Amino acid sequence: MLEIKNLSVHYGVIHALKDITLTVNTGEIVTLIGANGAGKTTTLRTISGLIKPTSGEIMLEGKNITSLSAPQRVELGISQVPEGRRIFPEMSVFENLELGAFLRNDKKGIKQDIDMVFDQFPILGDRRKQMAGTLSGGEQQMLAIGRGLMSKPRILLLDEPSMGLAPLLVREIFKIIQEINQSGTTILLVEQNASMALSIAHRAYVLETGSIVLSGQGKELAKSSDIQKAYLGGE
Amino acid sequence: MRALTKKNLLILSSIILTFALVQVLFMVGILNSFYEITIATICINIILAVSLNLVTGFTGQFSLGHAGFMSIGAYVCAIISMRMGSVGGFIFGMLAGALAAAFVGVLIGIPTLRLKGDYLAIATLGMAEIVRVVFLNLEITNGAAGLNGIPRYANWLWLFLFTVLAVVLINNFIKSSPGRACIAIREDEIAAESMGINTTKYKVIAFAIGAFFAGLAGGLYSSYFYFLKPDLFGFMKSVDILVIVVLGGLGSLTGSVIAAILLALITTFLQSFTAVRMIVYAALLVLIMIFRPQGLMGSKEINDILKFRFRNKDEKIE
Repeated sequence: MLEIKNLSVHYGVIHALKDITLTVNTGEIVTLIGANGAGKTTTLRTISGLIKPTSGEIMLEGKNITSLSAPQRVELGISQVPEGRRIFPEMSVFENLELGAFLRNDKKGIKQDIDMVFDQFPILGDRRKQMAGTLSGGEQQMLAIGRGLMSKPRILLLDEPSMGLAPLLVREIFKIIQEINQSGTTILLVEQNASMALSIAHRAYVLETGSIVLSGQGKELAKSSDIQKAYLGGE
Repeated sequence: MRALTKKNLLILSSIILTFALVQVLFMVGILNSFYEITIATICINIILAVSLNLVTGFTGQFSLGHAGFMSIGAYVCAIISMRMGSVGGFIFGMLAGALAAAFVGVLIGIPTLRLKGDYLAIATLGMAEIVRVVFLNLEITNGAAGLNGIPRYANWLWLFLFTVLAVVLINNFIKSSPGRACIAIREDEIAAESMGINTTKYKVIAFAIGAFFAGLAGGLYSSYFYFLKPDLFGFMKSVDILVIVVLGGLGSLTGSVIAAILLALITTFLQSFTAVRMIVYAALLVLIMIFRPQGLMGSKEINDILKFRFRNKDEKIE
């Protein structure tokens, strides 16, 4: 579904992504793991169109989208849940979800999807009129994911959904990510929490200082000794 | 739906009541011509503050060039109404001035709105200075001497009508879908872009609408005070408008209205203490900012506060 070929990104003179090639197939959860500064977020932002690559191609279902703007990519079905949640703090939960559907015009469908998000996250339904900035970290992450789903994406890009959350909440969020995937949304997940990410991913890529150094099935990678040593705290 | 029309009726009747009250006070003679100037200043300042609030308070784009847009509206309206010399010419001049200001707003907005925060402030400040210097050197604006004898068509009725129009239209814009997009940009620009909001487009739209109403306010100013010179629209004028917006609360239209009225009243009452006037004025601003750093109204509207009161009452009854 999503293909990235020889993608390079520069920040000034810094070469942030070096010749990255990766594929996400329809229906998969693919995860991108790596340390701080490896280029995970840069990869996601380049896919969603917030950063322009210096070279390389991004293909969505065979269509070259490299030159399209971020809003155009949202329209084609790419939705990003940004790092650090980035909900709109002075708007209500309901308004946040409405903005997630900004490019849609079907009022009825939007309403249905908001109800769907409230089914998925009942706590958000209880707090629909509350200012989003007053939600707890976990609730904000749920809202960010729900808002990302409101554009009816074909592929959902998740940037560190576990960031700053208690272990119990992390488990809950990952369960929800699996549920979203099972209901038909392809997922590209960027994570520092490698063990959690590998446990739900079909396939994984390991990013190190801007290059992909390893790739494979999620469960297999979790067993590999290199990964154990570098990211999972094994000996 | 019924609640909505009821609310609109309430708003409409309070608008008419305000107009009637002031009109009666004029006729009875309690408000003399001295106060009439204060009221005209209030109306013009409300339009300026509300339109700047759209740009700075709601869309989050810090602009220091509002006086520039005001001067464009003022000069265009003055020149047209001097040539045409009729009420029709005045209205036409107002619209032409506002459109010219909006056009310049788009022209300047497209390159500068990529900048953020203080950089944008400096760019807009530069823009306003360029506009001022252009008016200073043009022949049609009579340079530094300024325009004199502009026909005076703006009266209390026109001032009031345009003020209500500005507040209602900007309020409607904020409640609309593009308005929501503007607020989303203020809240988090990256998230807004991730939602598919074309941030540059909506920033330029907000900037253009802000410039349009600033131009309108300029037109009213030129017609009411029938004298214009470029110095009136310097940096300090932009700051004066910004003070009203910040004092009322960034992101609160009723806050801007209240602050515009309050500041005009303070200046009027301080007029009798010429020596210490500016000291007291500045001290008051400092005090208000210490005790209400979010502005008088924060980002709330007056009906939010009233609604909250009502809801509390209902809950008690239950």
